Amino acid sequence: MLIEKENNREQMNIVIAGHVDHGKSTIIGRLLADTNSLPEGKLKQVKKTCEINSKPFEYAFLLDALKDEQSQGITIDSARVFFKTKARDYIIIDAPGHIEFLKNMVTGASRAESALLVIDANEGVQENSRRHGYMIAMLGIKQIAVLVNKMDLIDYDSTKYQKIVDEYTKFLKNIDITPTTFIPVNGKNGDNVASLSKKMDWYSGKTVLDILDDFQKEKSLIDKPFRMPIQGVYKFTNYGDDRRIISGLIETGQIAIGDEIAFYPSGKRSTINSIEEFNTPKQKSAKAGKSIGFTLNEQIFITRGEVATKSSERKPKITSRILVNFFWMDKEPFVKNKEYHLKIGAVKVAVKLEKIKKIIDASNLDLNIKKEQIERHDVAQCILKLNRAIAFDLTDEIATMSRFVIIDNYEIRGGGIIRDALEDKQAWVRNYVMLRNFKWEKSMIQPGRRAEKYNQKSALILLTGKRDSDKKIVAKELETKLFEDGKIVYFLGIGNVLYGVDADIKTKKRNTNKNRQEHIRRLAEVAHILLDSGVILIVTAIDLTQDDLEIIKAIVSQEKIKTIWIGDNVTTDIVLDDQIYKDEKPKNAAEKIKKSLQEMGIIFKPW
Amino acid sequence: MDYIEQLENKSIYILREAYANFKNLGMLWSIGKDSTVLLWLARKAFFGHVPFPLVHIDTSFKIPEMIRYRDRLAMKWKLTMICGQNEEALEKKQTLPDGNVDHLTCCRLLKTVALENTVNGKFKRYRLNLKTGKYEVDRSTEPFTGVIVGVRSDEEGTRSKERYFSARSKQNDWDISNQPPEFWNQFKTDFAPGTHVRIHPLLDWTELNIWEYIKRENIPTVSLYYDQGDGTRYRSLGCAPCTSPIKSTAKNVDEIIEELRSGKLKNIAERDGRAQDKEDGGGLETLRKDGYM
Repeated sequence: MLIEKENNREQMNIVIAGHVDHGKSTIIGRLLADTNSLPEGKLKQVKKTCEINSKPFEYAFLLDALKDEQSQGITIDSARVFFKTKARDYIIIDAPGHIEFLKNMVTGASRAESALLVIDANEGVQENSRRHGYMIAMLGIKQIAVLVNKMDLIDYDSTKYQKIVDEYTKFLKNIDITPTTFIPVNGKNGDNVASLSKKMDWYSGKTVLDILDDFQKEKSLIDKPFRMPIQGVYKFTNYGDDRRIISGLIETGQIAIGDEIAFYPSGKRSTINSIEEFNTPKQKSAKAGKSIGFTLNEQIFITRGEVATKSSERKPKITSRILVNFFWMDKEPFVKNKEYHLKIGAVKVAVKLEKIKKIIDASNLDLNIKKEQIERHDVAQCILKLNRAIAFDLTDEIATMSRFVIIDNYEIRGGGIIRDALEDKQAWVRNYVMLRNFKWEKSMIQPGRRAEKYNQKSALILLTGKRDSDKKIVAKELETKLFEDGKIVYFLGIGNVLYGVDADIKTKKRNTNKNRQEHIRRLAEVAHILLDSGVILIVTAIDLTQDDLEIIKAIVSQEKIKTIWIGDNVTTDIVLDDQIYKDEKPKNAAEKIKKSLQEMGIIFKPW
Repeated sequence: MDYIEQLENKSIYILREAYANFKNLGMLWSIGKDSTVLLWLARKAFFGHVPFPLVHIDTSFKIPEMIRYRDRLAMKWKLTMICGQNEEALEKKQTLPDGNVDHLTCCRLLKTVALENTVNGKFKRYRLNLKTGKYEVDRSTEPFTGVIVGVRSDEEGTRSKERYFSARSKQNDWDISNQPPEFWNQFKTDFAPGTHVRIHPLLDWTELNIWEYIKRENIPTVSLYYDQGDGTRYRSLGCAPCTSPIKSTAKNVDEIIEELRSGKLKNIAERDGRAQDKEDGGGLETLRKDGYM
C-alpha cells in the first residue's frame, strides 16, 4: 500500500538564483534541514570539515561538497539536492551567483520548473538579481518567488523591504515578467522559511515552503499541435529487423495509427502504420513526453532533422530568417560576417548575424544601447540568417519548439528563443517544393537501394564561370570519364532547358531578375528529378550567383551539390567548393573533379 | 505520465542524440545495477537492439558471478561485448591484493588507466565472439569519441556537478570549474580532434528510481544484490577485495525498494561498502578528475 502512495508522489525541479553572496546556499541548507531531508552522513562530514578548518558551521557549507568550491567560497556549478514536503518531492538546483559562472547558472535553471530569486535586503537589487531574473524568464520559467533575505540586517523593517519589492517589480515589469510573490526571510534563523516569523508580524503572506507547495506542475502539452523532431530513422537489418522506424521524443500533441504525418521543412507526407516501443504492449497512440518510434505506410525518404507534424493541425513555421531573443556567454563577442552553427531540435545549420535590433545590458539597465556586436552576458534581440530553411514554432505558440543554441569552436556559446519567422528570398521556391513533395507519387524503391544497385550516390555538379570559360568542355570530359568508368552520369547545359522546359518564359525578358530566378528554379527541379533517379548530373551555367545557388539549395539538398568555378577570376559572390584554373587541361580538370567525388563518397575509390 | 516514465523518456532521448552524433560510440557496462539499467534503456531506445559496443573494464578482481552474468546476457541479447584491462599492471602485480600499492593507486591502475587506454585503443581489446562464446583480440583500435556512462548525480558530491554530455581533454582531464553550459534539449555533441565526450543519461536518476525501474521492466540483475540467507547483500558492486556487503535481509527487488523507502539505509551512503571512497577527504573526486567512473 505504502508503495502505491510513494509512486504517485509528485516531483518538482526548482532553481535558486540571485546575486553572489545574497544567501542562496544558506536558504537551501535551511530548506534541507527544516524538512528533515539531510542524509546524516552529509551533515557530519561538513561539520567535521568546519572543525578541521576551525570555522563555525554554516548551513551554506552543506552544498559545498567540492574541495574546489570550499577553497573559493563560492558555488561554481549548479549542484542538485533533494528535499521533501507533504505535498511533493523537490530537487533544488543551486545556481551560482557569480557572474563568471553564468553558464552554470543557465545550465541549472534550464532544468527547473519554478524559481526562487534571492535578494540581500541590505545590498538591495544588484546586477545579477536583474540578470538572473531575465535569464530565468527567457529559459521559460514562469513561476518565480522573490526572497528578500537577511532581513535581520535591516532590522526586519517593512518600509525598507517594500522599497526593494517596488524597485524589483518595476524592473521585471520592464521585461514583461510578473513574479508570483515576494517573501521577506532570514535564512540563517529560518524566519518565514518553514514557519512564519514572529519578528515580522507585518508580513501576512505565506512561508517559502508553502509558496513552493502552491506552485503548479507545468500543464500538459498534449493539447498543442503534434510536434516530433526526428532524431533518427533506424533500420537494424544487421540484427534481422526489417522495420524502418522513425524515432524521436514527442514534444507536444499526440498521434495515433492512421494519422497523416507531414514532415517539415520537406513537406513530405505519409500515414502512420504502427507505433513502436520495446518491452511494452503494442500501442495504438502516443502523446507528448514519450520517446517513441513509428513506421509509415509509404516508404518516403526522411532523415534526422525533419519535424514530424500532423497534416490536420497547424503547420510549423518554415524559413531561413528568424527574429530572436538571444543571450551570449562566450568571451569572444558574437559578431557579423562570421559563420556560427545553430542547433534547434535535431537540426544543426550554419548561421550568421544579420542585424542587431537592441541589446539589454543588466549592469546599467539601459534598454537601448547601440552596439555592433553582442558581448558576453548581453541579452539581445536580433535577426539571424540561416544557411537553409528549418521548421520551428514561435515562442508564444510552442515554447519548446522555438529554443535554439549557438555553437562556435565546438562549444555551446549562446542560446535563445524565436520570436518571429521573417520572410526570406527563397520562400516562393519552397512553397512549390512542399506542394510538389505533397503530391509526389512515391516509388517503392528507396534512394539507398538505388545507390547500392548503381554503386554511386546521386549528385549535382555545378560548373559555372564567365561566358567564354571552358565549362562545357570540362563538363563533357567529366561526363565521358565517369561514363567510361561505368557510372550513371548525365550532362545538362542550361541551354538545353531554356528552349524547351522554359519555352513559355519570353526570350526578350529572359534577363530580368524574375525570369532568371524562374529559369534557375526549373533547372533545379529538372535536376531534382534526375537526382531522384540516382544519376550523377553535371550542369553548366554562366555566372551563377549565391542567390541562384540558394534557389537550387531550396530544391536539391545541399550535401548533394558541388559548386566549381571554371576560370581564374571569380566574378560573382557564389560560395564555391572548388575552382579550376585556366591553365588546367580539361582532361586533368575532369580527373581532379572525379577524385573529389571519391572523397565526397559519391563514387568509390578503387582498391 | 509518472516520474519514472519521465526519467526513462529523457534518458532515451539522450541515448538517441549520442547515437546520432558520435560515430565511434561505446557504453561502459560495469555489470552493476546502474549500467545494467542503462543497457536496458539502450534496448528501449533502439527497439530491442544495442547498435554500439558495450565496454567492460575487467580488473580481474571482480566477483566471479558478475563475469558469468555479463557473458550470459551478452550472448542472450547479442551484444557487441568489448573487454579491456591493464595487463601490464597485473603482470607486475601492482595491485592492492598483491600488497604492492594502496587503494587509490590500485583503482587508478586497474580502472582509470585501463579505461583510458581501452577507450583510446592503446591497450588490447577483447571482443566476445557470439558464435563461440569466447573472447578474441579485437581488430579495431579506433578510439571511442563518445562513451556512455551510468553515473548518477545523487551518488556523491562530485557527480552532482556532471553534465549530460561532458567533455574530456586529450589528457582525459575533466575541468569541473570551466564546463560549457548545457540547457534545454541541446548537448555538447561537437568535439575537437583527440578529445572525447562522456555521456550520462542517468544523471537525474536516484538509487530508488533505479530499483523502481528494475521492478517495472523486470530487468535481470546479479544475485549479489539480494540477501541469500546470511542477512547481508551488496548495495554497490566493485572488486571483491574492496567491496563489502551491507547488513540487510532484502531478498528481492520489492524488498530493496521497501528498504530504501523506509529510510533504514538513510544514514548510510550508497557507496559505504566501497573502500576507495574513504582513502582521503576527496578520494573519489581525485579519481574522477583523472577519468574514473
